[in-house]
Amino acid sequence: MYPKDLRYSKEHEWARTEGNRVRVGITKFAADRLSDVVYVELPQVGAEVSFMQPFGVVESVKAVSDLYAPVSGRVAEINRALVEKPELINTDPYGEAWMIVVEPRDLAELDRLMDAAAYAAMVGEATS
Amino acid sequence: MKYIPATAAERARMLEAIGVPDVEALFRDVPGEVRLRRPLDLPPAMADQDLLAHMRRLAERNVDCDRLACFLGAGAYDHFVPSTVPHLALRPEFLTAYTPYQAELMQGELQAIYEYQSMMCELLAMDIANASMYDGASATGEAASMAADLTRRSDVLVSTAVHPEYRQVLRTYTSHLPITIREIPASGGVTPAEAARTMITDATAALIVQSPNFFGCLEDGAALARAAHDRGALLVVAISEPVSLGLVTPPGEYGADIVTGEGQALGNALNFGGPYLGIIATRQEFVRRIPGRLVGRTVDTEGRPGYVLTLQTREQHIRRARATSNICTNESLNALIAAVYLATLGKQGIREVAELCARKAHYARERIAGLRGYRIAFEAPTFNEFVVRCPIPPAEINRRLLEHGILGGLALGRFYPDLADAWLLCVTERRTREEIDRLVDHLEALQ
Repeated sequence: MYPKDLRYSKEHEWARTEGNRVRVGITKFAADRLSDVVYVELPQVGAEVSFMQPFGVVESVKAVSDLYAPVSGRVAEINRALVEKPELINTDPYGEAWMIVVEPRDLAELDRLMDAAAYAAMVGEATS
Repeated sequence: MKYIPATAAERARMLEAIGVPDVEALFRDVPGEVRLRRPLDLPPAMADQDLLAHMRRLAERNVDCDRLACFLGAGAYDHFVPSTVPHLALRPEFLTAYTPYQAELMQGELQAIYEYQSMMCELLAMDIANASMYDGASATGEAASMAADLTRRSDVLVSTAVHPEYRQVLRTYTSHLPITIREIPASGGVTPAEAARTMITDATAALIVQSPNFFGCLEDGAALARAAHDRGALLVVAISEPVSLGLVTPPGEYGADIVTGEGQALGNALNFGGPYLGIIATRQEFVRRIPGRLVGRTVDTEGRPGYVLTLQTREQHIRRARATSNICTNESLNALIAAVYLATLGKQGIREVAELCARKAHYARERIAGLRGYRIAFEAPTFNEFVVRCPIPPAEINRRLLEHGILGGLALGRFYPDLADAWLLCVTERRTREEIDRLVDHLEALQ
């Protein structure tokens, strides 16, 4: 459910360090809670995102939620496949449904996020 | 409204329940200087039949466009309404319908709105039109906030050739939003694309123009679209006279990103200035930012076609504070009237009505241009309205024409101090050659 190599935000984004860059998506817990995702709005490549500030919007058949950046920096890539196939977020949230890749200004920000165990504990409490 | 009687004893009980000493205390918040400090000075009561006769006499002091030859437009248009329109649109099933939330109960209403939306898209050459808004002015205000949200920019440029009241509403709409409004002065009756190009910056969200504009002139939409798009701004086109689209290029074809409009001209009566019909339409890629209700066509579990409110995640009841608009009211009855009107006319009919308007207006324009002391203010091409500069104050002309059963044009000095001698005339298909000639004869005699 929550891969050990990722860092997790309290707003349910995950962050994966890949060399100098950070790949970002939302967790299985968030995807399940949203139910069927129908639309994703992502920033443009080159846009600046800030730690725990909104960078996009995810829309499901029953809710609209902001996406929060787990790290500050410049957007290097966005996942254009999600525009055509937003349902990937429900089927493969940690793989094909990545959302953006950030060139971070300060990787130490990731230390302020949770590891898999802490995140599982948080959502465990939330679901009970 | 039912009269609800309350006895003195009942009033006393109510006042006691809310802890107020007397009725007067309920009005304490109303400033003293605006309060009437004496009893209403009313005449004695009348018998039922005397009262009806009195009210009828008062009502007959109103004149309407069935009894006057109307040459006034400026955002409200005296077009002929075919009898099919009231016959179909005023059916009680439609007349009493409120916002159609319940797809399982309201298929007829939803289908009518869907057809209205589809007709607006065809008329404007846009991809998406909503179920309607209040009026052309508020739709233009919504377009400004939509453009600011789409571009994440805050500067909105509007031409002074846009209806002055639309511009007032635009300012009201944006007064508490992080949006600034700047005006581009019209020149020669049109919005100069070069001036637009100079004023548009990288912070500009939208350029708002109207075509035909408030002076009746057609704008160079393609040049204005290029000026906006070259700097990443959107072009918003307001249409106050949609009948023009039977003849002139629709805004979608010259690059408009958002089209707003006043739909009154489409089969709606003048209605004393309201209720009117706000139109807003946009391109497919902006559908998630269009305000208001949208009706979509779908299929039910057995594959039969059906209609539902759709893409509601745009709206405030789901998107909450992040929604770009709080609007959910629409003018469904006025939209239905527009749909029945357009369906009655058909593609050929709307073209013929538009051609009649243009031909009659140009006949009037040429005849007035030939009068001593009168001249056409602007050379730009016009549809069914044009501006004349007059040798006598336009308000004075209107006063004297009214004595002869003619409703004259708009005296532009009210909105444009530098156009104090200018008179905005409108000629729709309802005006006969005899009425136009009569207008010209009176103008000649006034000199």
